[in-house]
Amino acid sequence: MALPKIPNADELNNVNCSCGEDCCGGPAEGASPRADEYVSAAPFATGRISTPAGEVPVVASVLGARDRWGTFRMRAGIGRSRYAIAPGLYAVGTPDPWSPIFVSANYKLSFDRLRASLTGLNAWLLVLDTKGINVWCAAGKGTFGTEEVVRRIGETGLAKVAAHRTLILPQLGAPGVAAHEVAKRTGFRVVYGPIRAADIPAFIAAGMKATLEMRRVRFPFKDRILLTPVELSMIVQSRIFQAAVLLWIVGLVAGVAEIRLAGLAFLGAILAGTVLTPAFLPWIPVRLFAAKGWILGFVWAAAICALRGFPPASVSGGAAAAAYLLLLPALSAFLAMNFTGSSTFTSLSGVVAEMKTAVPLMIISGVLGIAALVVSIVLKA
Amino acid sequence: MPLQHLKNVATLKYASEKCTGCGMCAAVCPHAVFEMEGRKARVTDRDRCMECGACSRNCAFGAIDVRAGVGCAYAIMWSALRRKPVPQCGE
Repeated sequence: MALPKIPNADELNNVNCSCGEDCCGGPAEGASPRADEYVSAAPFATGRISTPAGEVPVVASVLGARDRWGTFRMRAGIGRSRYAIAPGLYAVGTPDPWSPIFVSANYKLSFDRLRASLTGLNAWLLVLDTKGINVWCAAGKGTFGTEEVVRRIGETGLAKVAAHRTLILPQLGAPGVAAHEVAKRTGFRVVYGPIRAADIPAFIAAGMKATLEMRRVRFPFKDRILLTPVELSMIVQSRIFQAAVLLWIVGLVAGVAEIRLAGLAFLGAILAGTVLTPAFLPWIPVRLFAAKGWILGFVWAAAICALRGFPPASVSGGAAAAAYLLLLPALSAFLAMNFTGSSTFTSLSGVVAEMKTAVPLMIISGVLGIAALVVSIVLKA
Repeated sequence: MPLQHLKNVATLKYASEKCTGCGMCAAVCPHAVFEMEGRKARVTDRDRCMECGACSRNCAFGAIDVRAGVGCAYAIMWSALRRKPVPQCGE
């Protein structure tokens, strides 16, 4: 088995993708969606508004059933790469040259969140080409970045549409955008708005001032659970999951309780790492994600062993129990470790440090577990 | 237990003598690592830093340095297996 090399902290630089929104399911970097792959403006455009820089589509600020269906599909991990909005300038309500300008990503969820928060307001929306990826992830990659802001201001003729020179960017776009450079190159001053679009009305009402609370990213239970379907749909497509299901079906068909149990055991360990660990994240009292997953996986493995009978009746049974206790927690730990990328608070240095501790232990546990499994099968035969 | 990862790992460096008190770092940090104390920014708790790089990118005076990157085990493995020099998100 080739060991993945964990890079030294010093070898790394300048990319970021820690995101509350999942982003790895987006289209390939650099591959801009083709024109026909964009969600056309039709479902959410309600008309057009004439400006000195040409006609601008007006979009609804109340989400329809179709938007909610799209959100559901995206959360479920279905057709996620097809939710890019055509970049450019849009209008909400009946904006005039003095209306505020909000900048967003061309990921449909980001765009929908923004326009839904603007109900009753008149505003301009400048949608950047972030390859259909959410604001925070795109800012980390640099696609939601200074260059793209400058380019999009030029391409849309924003300076002709607006009489003022203030852009409101989402705070989570800041890793990619240098406000002072945008100001220097375009004359537009950048103001960072709140993290959550829902706080925009309060931010505007307070004279474009965000409270400390609006500036803190959180990761509550609801957000963590919303991410698990995508994690799960990625798992369902993975070999390890399909092998576990196959094992369970084989056991079911062959009527062999031991194989059936093994299939269930692995399915449970996968769930422990991908759903239960994110759900119970703050309540599992250790810091390493891998350790959180390991603990839940161990509890599950112990339950499986108890189900098989304790103490084991034979040496073969003992080896099988050892295999469960070594393999299941390691699998849960590995899957839990991969949730670091979806969390909102892990740093590159932190995850590298975690991996340097956890990955060797997982490999040792996995190798010993497979050895125990082999011993158990040989003794039984 | 608060949602916190490892302590004493963040690469955040802040040179307060270069700070002009513009407040941009405090505005962009999603974990309130910076706060304004009069005309100077102050680091509150560097263990909350997730190295997103928003503060250093938006400091026009070069007072903040941080090695920004992905806090994502999957991206780190994916990039290591493909011999990418820097961890990045998958395809």
